[in-house]
Amino acid sequence: MWPRFEQVTSRDVLERLERLDLPFNQFGMDPYGVSKHHLGIFMTMLEVFYKHYFRVRSFGLEHIPRTGPGMLVSNHSGGVPADGGMIIASLFFSLDPPRAVHGMVEKFAQEWPFVSQWFNRVGQLPGLPEHAIRLLRDGRLLMVFPEGARGLGKLYKDRYHLSHFGTGFMRIALQTGTPIIPLAFIGGEEAMPTVFHARRLARLVGAPYWPVPPYLLPLPLPLGCEIHYGKPMHFEGNGDESDDIIEGYVEQVKSVINVLVARGRVIHQQRRAGAVLDDPPATES
Amino acid sequence: MKILITGINGAHARMVALRLLAQGHEILGIDRRPWPDAPPNIHVFQTDVRKRPAADVFRIHRPEVVIHMATITHYSARADERLRINLHGTRLVLDHCHEYGVKQVVFVGRHTIYGAAPDAPLYRTEDEPPLAVTTFPELADLVAADLYAGSALWRWPEIRTAVLRLVYILGPARRGTLANFLEGKRAPMILGFDPLYHFMHDEDAVEAIIRTVDHQLSGVFNVAGPPPVPLSVLTRGTGRQAIPIPEPLFRYTVGRFGLPFLPPGAAMHIKHPIVVDNTAFRTATGFEYQYDAHEIMRGFRDG
Repeated sequence: MWPRFEQVTSRDVLERLERLDLPFNQFGMDPYGVSKHHLGIFMTMLEVFYKHYFRVRSFGLEHIPRTGPGMLVSNHSGGVPADGGMIIASLFFSLDPPRAVHGMVEKFAQEWPFVSQWFNRVGQLPGLPEHAIRLLRDGRLLMVFPEGARGLGKLYKDRYHLSHFGTGFMRIALQTGTPIIPLAFIGGEEAMPTVFHARRLARLVGAPYWPVPPYLLPLPLPLGCEIHYGKPMHFEGNGDESDDIIEGYVEQVKSVINVLVARGRVIHQQRRAGAVLDDPPATES
Repeated sequence: MKILITGINGAHARMVALRLLAQGHEILGIDRRPWPDAPPNIHVFQTDVRKRPAADVFRIHRPEVVIHMATITHYSARADERLRINLHGTRLVLDHCHEYGVKQVVFVGRHTIYGAAPDAPLYRTEDEPPLAVTTFPELADLVAADLYAGSALWRWPEIRTAVLRLVYILGPARRGTLANFLEGKRAPMILGFDPLYHFMHDEDAVEAIIRTVDHQLSGVFNVAGPPPVPLSVLTRGTGRQAIPIPEPLFRYTVGRFGLPFLPPGAAMHIKHPIVVDNTAFRTATGFEYQYDAHEIMRGFRDG
């Protein structure tokens, strides 16, 4: 009745799934409910967006630890969380061997049928500190957007202006001794320029905001995007430090991301002006 | 040792009794139901744990260890009866233990007391609060019994009290909450949700209880078998047909169309996972499961 998993999953995805750093059991499940089959279909879908729709170029992949925990800290942009999907795809399609990335999904999405089920089957768990700590202690890669929905919902006029960073991620990184890999996602703001928030519609579906671009449909445009990974940052502490120390650390991360964003935007301009980025230069920070 | 098992006529309690007997322990049992073909050296007292004759068993026979397994679920009794047996029964058993010098108590409870909720962490440790009081109100009596049993740890520190929170037990014995859920040909699911289910084999559950006695555990422990699998895998693996039901219709379909009877609160437990972290128990006892999910489901199907 249903097509077989191998028939709907691309060859590149099938080959990379075998080399992925997840302990799948005989049911193709890992202990957190990630399913090999679901991941295959999800990645096949992301592949289209990563390779052809957003034509993503990833820089600084050498900064991603090959094994062990890491916390990817990114700016958030673009109305719909396409940046999260592209970061997941980047470490699956452009890193060798590929690594799985766990994101922290907004809690309101857990009550949505199908959506929550799919998120859980591809390793995107509800955003709870317990999940973050457990995954990092288990040596997984975690993707966090300290701006949260604030970042995602920012308007086009505020593009690439980092809004307030939460501090929870830093305490968890210190508590678990995890290196932080800052990164900048460039192109999301142009691909999905939000000019207006439909508040009533958002309330109706239980979302924190509903982005409206000039062309009304909340879908991103097929514009090129880049991801710039920075050098891992290590901080001293156990997570019990006072707020001013933690905020100081968070500011350091934020400023590195700002640098990555600034440099990334220059490269993005060049790319839109016609520069070919197929051979990415190594980034320094 | 002289070991008393309450609710000894339950399928798993019998298995525990026989295993302990084979180890050379003296076994006593209390149950309302008769056990006609019980081995001659297991002394079963046919009475209710809440009645006078049950107290006499403690007073006269003076067991050193009590394994309390006389608790029931919504599949076997109505709400008021459950409260009387689960909470009041547990209270009386613990009182007797204190009064008649029992050295070790094992309360065999369930992991469902953690309750399924959209914003609960996937892996529950023993310090997670029992959400089931609100997510599944029909389990309130079991939540109360579990917490009440735990209170023995500070009320009577001289008794070594272990509160076990076992995941669903499944296997050839075909008894228990999950076995009841999967009894018919069809099992309900909530459309668009496929939570992880955590279960363990009959034999592994029995082994865990015996290890608790052997190691004289004191404290609250999650007990689990192999890693959890999605409900869809569970229904397929046990040869059941999963019927996805839109959530608003759930309450109108239970008990009909060949689906098991379930209280309205069960919807949450079919929608979201309850998975436990059993690191503390494994560290304390060295317990490792022997049966993986595939063997458990096949055992249940063919049992």
